[in-house]
Amino acid sequence: MPLTPVLELANLGKEFPGHYALKGVYLAIDTGSFFALLGPSGCGKTTTLRLIAGFEEATTGDIRLNGQSILHLRPYERNVTTVFQSYALFPHLTVRGNIEFGLRRRGIRDTAKPVREVIELVQLEGKEDRLPAQLSGGERQRVALARALVVRPDVLLLDEPLAALDPQLRKQLRAELKALQRRVGVTFVFVTHDQEEALSMSDRIAVMRGGCVEQVGSPRDLYSAPATRFVAGFLGAVNWVDGSGVRPELTRITRELAPPEVRTFPGRVESIMFLGNLVHVETRLTSGERVIAEVPAGQSAFAPGDCVHLWWRPADELRLPQ
Amino acid sequence: MRRLRAIFLTPAYTVTVGLFLIPLAIILVYSLLSRGAYGGIVFDWTTENYRRLFDPLYGAILLRTVVIAVITTAICLALGFPLALFISQSGARKNLYLQLVMLPFWTSFLVRTYAWMFLLRDTGLINTALQSIGLIHEPLPLLYNDGAVLLGLVYGHLPFVVLPLYATLERMDKSLIEASADLGAGPWTTLFTVILPVSMPGVRAAALLAFIPSLGAFLTPDLLGGGKTVMAGTLIQNQFTTARDWPFGSAVSLVLMAVVMLMVWRVVRTKGEGLV
Repeated sequence: MPLTPVLELANLGKEFPGHYALKGVYLAIDTGSFFALLGPSGCGKTTTLRLIAGFEEATTGDIRLNGQSILHLRPYERNVTTVFQSYALFPHLTVRGNIEFGLRRRGIRDTAKPVREVIELVQLEGKEDRLPAQLSGGERQRVALARALVVRPDVLLLDEPLAALDPQLRKQLRAELKALQRRVGVTFVFVTHDQEEALSMSDRIAVMRGGCVEQVGSPRDLYSAPATRFVAGFLGAVNWVDGSGVRPELTRITRELAPPEVRTFPGRVESIMFLGNLVHVETRLTSGERVIAEVPAGQSAFAPGDCVHLWWRPADELRLPQ
Repeated sequence: MRRLRAIFLTPAYTVTVGLFLIPLAIILVYSLLSRGAYGGIVFDWTTENYRRLFDPLYGAILLRTVVIAVITTAICLALGFPLALFISQSGARKNLYLQLVMLPFWTSFLVRTYAWMFLLRDTGLINTALQSIGLIHEPLPLLYNDGAVLLGLVYGHLPFVVLPLYATLERMDKSLIEASADLGAGPWTTLFTVILPVSMPGVRAAALLAFIPSLGAFLTPDLLGGGKTVMAGTLIQNQFTTARDWPFGSAVSLVLMAVVMLMVWRVVRTKGEGLV
């Protein structure tokens, strides 16, 4: 993994009339990496993206691209491009016209070759002369990608690029987008509120909340060693019992007594949620907490009202630094 | 459902048919008749009224009318587009600015045209002021010429241009402007390669709303042009009043209307949203 940061945010803050959208964010994003800004709406992730693109002016701090501050540069002077949530394709231009747009602005006359290459890259062959209105949602998204990538930006910003697509397509495109990023080697900074998306695609994730970065790390680290309860809960379901948390897939459920060396609690099954390959057995402990155990569908022989024992190995508990 | 439809549509149809189509039919009939000695008409069928339109005198008036209307439209668009763009981008102040654009509608057009005469005439505010500060010694000929007519027409039709342009620009996805900047376009390039092409349907509608009334204007050329700048509207008005030639006035009206309808049809037919 390359180690030079292509993009650095230092104490980046943004105040809108009446509230701080961003409160002093520090981030270093490695060259060629797939970096996700993850958080609920209003956490400041989109503001961060807009500050990097230059659509908003920072109130405090600095943004450095390849070691140089770009704060004083207008959006059209920054070698950073954006895939907008709505794609923002120019409706009066064809696919080719949209892709050529950035090349033309950079004074590149001979656009045929780069356009052909990027069209192959995003698999839009034969659609060059269509207008955006004549494309499907997935095709529009690929035009937006092609348009932003063809100018070879130092960083590509993606603002919830999958949010406008239907769920089936969204899942399929995760792998495609990840593969595309690997092939072109451009640094992707990806904004999303969907933790599955962030976990499945990114090299590193910054979890944001209330205008601050809560934790930065690899998907695996964030999932198994979250720094805060918020991060733990945002990345996946957690059973909180006695102040310690455990993921539902590491929570065992049995009718018999648990082995002696584990943490075990008696409870009663409240409901069963069938998810296809998995089943969520929702239980209530005798101490009152609700605990979900995730078990393979074939192994679930539980019914509401059953008395059960819930247990897990102490090593599987999430350890939050205090 | 069908009955409800009929109930709701009947008043509008009645007004349209009764107050538009029937008078139109009357004008059509009149235009094919002969003039009476003291106005009115004589039932004597003829196409003479249309043939007279090919007289170079009337041809020149029609041509001049079209030229003045085109120039008015061009100036209105040139002034109105930046204004509409500014208003569409001014956030919370939008409503205030729109109110200001519509402010002239609070008084009658006639009164406002007279106000222009008071400003422009030889002893008007502008000439008096310039003379009193010694900038000029003779009053400038501001009134009763083509310039005054153009000024009056632009003034009168500017709000009709700004409003549809504003509606179009307001509806435009603002992220298109950001996308343009994002891809390396400066503000001027964004204006000419993105904002203007994307808002073309609104520009066409706005142009129509300035062009059509300019084509038929009679009050402005009459008052500000002092009768010297004869436009088609003035010509028609004269035929029904001083010239007492109703059939010829009817013929000119119909030709003017045909020109207008042809234009509307062409604009509406071009793809896109067309009128508003």
